[in-house]
Amino acid sequence: MPFNIYDFTSLTQWIDTGLRNAMSPFWTVVIEMLIVGVLILLFYAVIGLFLVYAERKVCAFMQNRLGPNRVGPFGMFQTIADLIKLLLVELVPIKNADKLLFNLAPFIVIIASFMAIAAIPFAKGLHAIDLNIGVFYIVAVSAMGVIGILLAGWSSNNKYSLIGAMRSGAQIVSYELSVGLSLITIVILAGSMQLSEIVMAQADGWFIFKGHIPAFIAFVIFLVASTAETNRGPFDLAEAESELTAGYHTEYSGIKFAFFFLAEYMNMFIVASIAATVFLGGWMPFHVGHWSGFNNIMDFIPPFIWYIAKTFFVIFLMMWFKWTFPRLRIDQLLTLEWKYLLPINLVNVLIMAFIVLMGWHF
Amino acid sequence: MEEQKTDIGIDEQQEYLINMGPQHPSTHGVLRLLVSLKGEIVKNVEPHIGYIHRGIEKMCESITYPQIIHLTDRMDYLSAHINNEAVCLNIEKALEVDIPDRIKVIRTIMSELTRIQSHQLFWSTFGMDLGGLTCFFYGLRDREKILDIFEETCGSRMIVSYNCPGGLMYDIHPNFQERVKAFLKYFRKTLPEYDQLLTGNVIFRQRTEGIGRLSLKDAISFGVTGPTARASGFSCDVRIHEPYSAYDRVKFNEVLFNEGDTFHRYLVRMDEIRESMDIVEQLIDNIPEGPFAVKMKPVIKLPEGEYYQSVETARGELGVYIISDGNKNPYRVKFRSPNFVNLSALNMMTKDFKIADLVAISGSLDLIIPDIDR
Repeated sequence: MPFNIYDFTSLTQWIDTGLRNAMSPFWTVVIEMLIVGVLILLFYAVIGLFLVYAERKVCAFMQNRLGPNRVGPFGMFQTIADLIKLLLVELVPIKNADKLLFNLAPFIVIIASFMAIAAIPFAKGLHAIDLNIGVFYIVAVSAMGVIGILLAGWSSNNKYSLIGAMRSGAQIVSYELSVGLSLITIVILAGSMQLSEIVMAQADGWFIFKGHIPAFIAFVIFLVASTAETNRGPFDLAEAESELTAGYHTEYSGIKFAFFFLAEYMNMFIVASIAATVFLGGWMPFHVGHWSGFNNIMDFIPPFIWYIAKTFFVIFLMMWFKWTFPRLRIDQLLTLEWKYLLPINLVNVLIMAFIVLMGWHF
Repeated sequence: MEEQKTDIGIDEQQEYLINMGPQHPSTHGVLRLLVSLKGEIVKNVEPHIGYIHRGIEKMCESITYPQIIHLTDRMDYLSAHINNEAVCLNIEKALEVDIPDRIKVIRTIMSELTRIQSHQLFWSTFGMDLGGLTCFFYGLRDREKILDIFEETCGSRMIVSYNCPGGLMYDIHPNFQERVKAFLKYFRKTLPEYDQLLTGNVIFRQRTEGIGRLSLKDAISFGVTGPTARASGFSCDVRIHEPYSAYDRVKFNEVLFNEGDTFHRYLVRMDEIRESMDIVEQLIDNIPEGPFAVKMKPVIKLPEGEYYQSVETARGELGVYIISDGNKNPYRVKFRSPNFVNLSALNMMTKDFKIADLVAISGSLDLIIPDIDR
């Protein structure tokens, strides 16, 4: 079995040829889809559980606490215990709720995040689907989650939920623009929307370093806008615990609530992955100019580790602001987007286009 | 919700009612606010109180004077010591007992420590109301130190019941002075962290500056007292205007601002923490020798008449009004609780602000619901 930790292409090809030799092309595709689906599902669950644990630990350390430390070593199984509890807890039926939409909403939210994860390159060759419009696909698919949130708020027959959902709708639709534009800045630099090519183009330097100041500005804007888009941190107006009790998922219980909860963490993981892939070089190791010795040491670290480390760095940043800043008000949130981020972003795209046109980038 | 009878004339087409509370994270208890909203904009707030009404004033009529003190703990539980003091001062005034200096000084120190811990909790919960959850733990971390001092001296942490008519229950613990000084030294170092985390934060400033303005005129006409009124420029500190206990022998400033918005209500409390620390610092080394309690009669009977004493709690002026018919039980007791009065200004302050501001404004009033309902 040709297993190479630095390049998964040979492994996937080996599986593919093996299957093709054993059965008809149709069944090969079916089996491959099944394998990919199960792997992503497992990955999704494991990362989701881990992120919940990580957030609790990170926030605990920022708040002078210990965090979960009873179940398992360092409380590692706490989230699993919580998940079991959520699975077993009663689903409370809501009076006068729109049953169909109420039950559909968590699935829309979770499917949106599930679809986005398929297009993310985890390592060389470890990529469920390498679309030639990868960036566009992820932005489009992750925006779908807002439909679920709106439906959840609408169908719950609860005013708090409705306010939360409406806030979330306004927020996500606005910040989608900034996310898109900051990614476009890098797409201009890379000259491609295909995520694997974007990563390959960063072999000699990550875009955040290659793209002068515009790339850095785009990174900061992306970080802010994506935090807002995932309803986290200082932008968690959609759930705004102290105002709306729990916002759009006030009426949800048990596994349906767990879906929202998991989707929130996975959305955070997805935006962090995009930030890592597009700005920080994805699975590319860190290289400095002509220091071949240093570069060789960096190459020795497997790409998957690079990818995870960068993603978790971005996730840590997002957790950091969540646990430091107070929450914005809805009008301030929209002011920030429409009056500051969007104009800056538009100018930034122009500057980047000019730099690329003149060939001033590295 | 549909059957909800209210006397608010709401525009059925444009506005809708929402119940904030009695179970809501930001009402800090069982306050129920019936809010009428137009989109996100607050049009009217009608506080519905009484969910934690225990009839403390009525209960007072059937118990003896020393027992009343323990009920007052349960009103504004964060100013427990100050509430006790108010009742004791009133009884002592009625009986014309001469209180030794030692008792006065210890009471003042304890009152100021109570004020500091109350404002620490205000800071914590105010941050939490605005979405900064980390504040809560920073505030509680430091508050714990004061509660430890209370525990050592009074045997209880929050609801101290340390006063009794004629003095204190027991003398201060031998470690008291040392620990208070250690705390002051520690807290002078950690207090700037509060400012770093919240006061200087851009989002925090945006959320609070210019929000929920209470003019001086309104503050006076609503009868608002305490830090809430002092942020509007209403000089109403009982400690300065009618000094009781040892406040006449310490130097401190009344913190006053003229803006009257949420941010300045917050600032008043932050500055009051510093003033309180100064007061404690002036007194802690000068606790006179003497008895910790005056010997009182076993059954205290107030002479016939009416007695009033007001003190400055962490939230404003607490008045204790006792009518005595000469028995061992009072004929009638009335507490003028600061929170009840401060709450009445909420509707005026929140009008035409957003629902998120309602949370910020009600947080800045620092309401304690058991004190409203009593």
